[in-house]
Amino acid sequence: MNRPALLGNISYRAWYMWRRNVDVSLVTWKTNVIPPLLEPVLYILAFGIGLGAYVQEINSGGRVYGYLAFMAPGMVAVGIMFHSIFDTMYGAFVRLRYQKTFEAVITTPLSAEDILAGEILSGATKGLFAGAAILLIITLFGLAAYPSSLVILPLAALGGLLFASFGLWFAALAPYIDNLNLPVFLFVNPMFLFSGTFFPLDGMPRWVRLLAELMPLTHLVDITRAATFNLLTADLLWDLLYLLVLTAVMLYVSIRKMKGRLIK
Amino acid sequence: MTPVVKASALRKCYGDLCAVDGIDFEINRGECFGLLGPNGAGKTTTVKMLTCALPVSGGDITVEGLSVNADPRAIKYLLGVCPQEVNLDPDFSVFKNLIVYSRYFDIPYAEAKERAGELIERFHLHDKLERPIEDLSGGLKKRLLMARALINRPKLLILDEPTTGLDPQSRRQIWDEVRGMKRNGLTTLLTTHYIEEAELLCDRLVIVDAGRIIEQGTPPELIKKHLGGDGNLEDVFLKLTGRHLRDE
Repeated sequence: MNRPALLGNISYRAWYMWRRNVDVSLVTWKTNVIPPLLEPVLYILAFGIGLGAYVQEINSGGRVYGYLAFMAPGMVAVGIMFHSIFDTMYGAFVRLRYQKTFEAVITTPLSAEDILAGEILSGATKGLFAGAAILLIITLFGLAAYPSSLVILPLAALGGLLFASFGLWFAALAPYIDNLNLPVFLFVNPMFLFSGTFFPLDGMPRWVRLLAELMPLTHLVDITRAATFNLLTADLLWDLLYLLVLTAVMLYVSIRKMKGRLIK
Repeated sequence: MTPVVKASALRKCYGDLCAVDGIDFEINRGECFGLLGPNGAGKTTTVKMLTCALPVSGGDITVEGLSVNADPRAIKYLLGVCPQEVNLDPDFSVFKNLIVYSRYFDIPYAEAKERAGELIERFHLHDKLERPIEDLSGGLKKRLLMARALINRPKLLILDEPTTGLDPQSRRQIWDEVRGMKRNGLTTLLTTHYIEEAELLCDRLVIVDAGRIIEQGTPPELIKKHLGGDGNLEDVFLKLTGRHLRDE
């Protein structure tokens, strides 16, 4: 494999793959648009109002939060992760193995890198859309401060790229579709629970907090929460830097791995 | 006249195992060229190298003078590929399948719409325009794959086992289409293991086995050479490749 050529093989044609996937989403829009809008309403009901009746306040980092307001940005970050990672993880696997989409497109002027960059872009688009939809809902509930919350939109695009790359990487590693249960169990679910999404990590054992620092969702949650509370500070640039570096690494790693699976 | 395709000492090896082990052939302009061989002979591997979906291990294959090693993208603009396996987009209608595919070749929408309309007419797909792909019969899917392969007006059409699994009616319809395209001067590469099909459609052919070309010529030439003119191409094929069963 010609390593330096990997980036050079990405052209504007990646957008054709992106458009193909977006077109599919528009055909099946009911299943793509309604869940991201309704999911947060369910969460707000269950956790915010149901659990919130018992847990009214959260103390974290010397600050007191209302419970519903604390978990709302967590929901935004989780939505970005779920919708982008599952799109590439299961979606790309299906397009690779069952629908043979990549096999069809690779004989057209698109390179393998165009196809895979397009996959990541469309996964990221789903993450961005979900993040924006959930942000809209929590805004309607009065749980997001403005203008600081607008930072969440570009952040959702970045998070989308990051988790779509992870998803594509897992799809490239899995011999069978059932193998994808493993990254869900070991990567997605632990992040969903232990990234400071629904409760702060202050009370957790030290090793849990150290692990959480490695998880990308933790950093996405930190910035998102600071944005909804209008508490954006310079030290969040470290979180941003971590996300940027990890995204660059995962874009490269995932495209390279999946290309190896496409072209033997 | 320069050939449209030229393979020279073409090889594809995985370690010590060579799926294609040094083959040479040329496809002339306007002819239907057959690539025949039993399962595992190296037909699909050769096609994949030609369509730039597999890097070559050695030698070269050129299309209109462009090498797969140097200009894969430029080559892919010139090809129309009708694959062995159905890889249509199941979420799109017949029409949308053609339109989405046309984008990959930078064809503007207005132009693509016109071409799609012509192809739908020609391949008798108009009754099924808005049907989901999974409702189409095997023959219709193949016709749509063929229509899709022509949307970019290719210089070389590649038909990879175009009639496998089809009923005789659909098979004949595909044959008629191939003959029609030949009359229009389209250069075609056909792989098949239906020898009758090759005998009927191909101007020239090569028989490959174990990654090497074991015989080549026109169908009548081969029948004359190996059977003294008495018999059919299938008898020649079996004589050359033996009767033992092959696994992929």
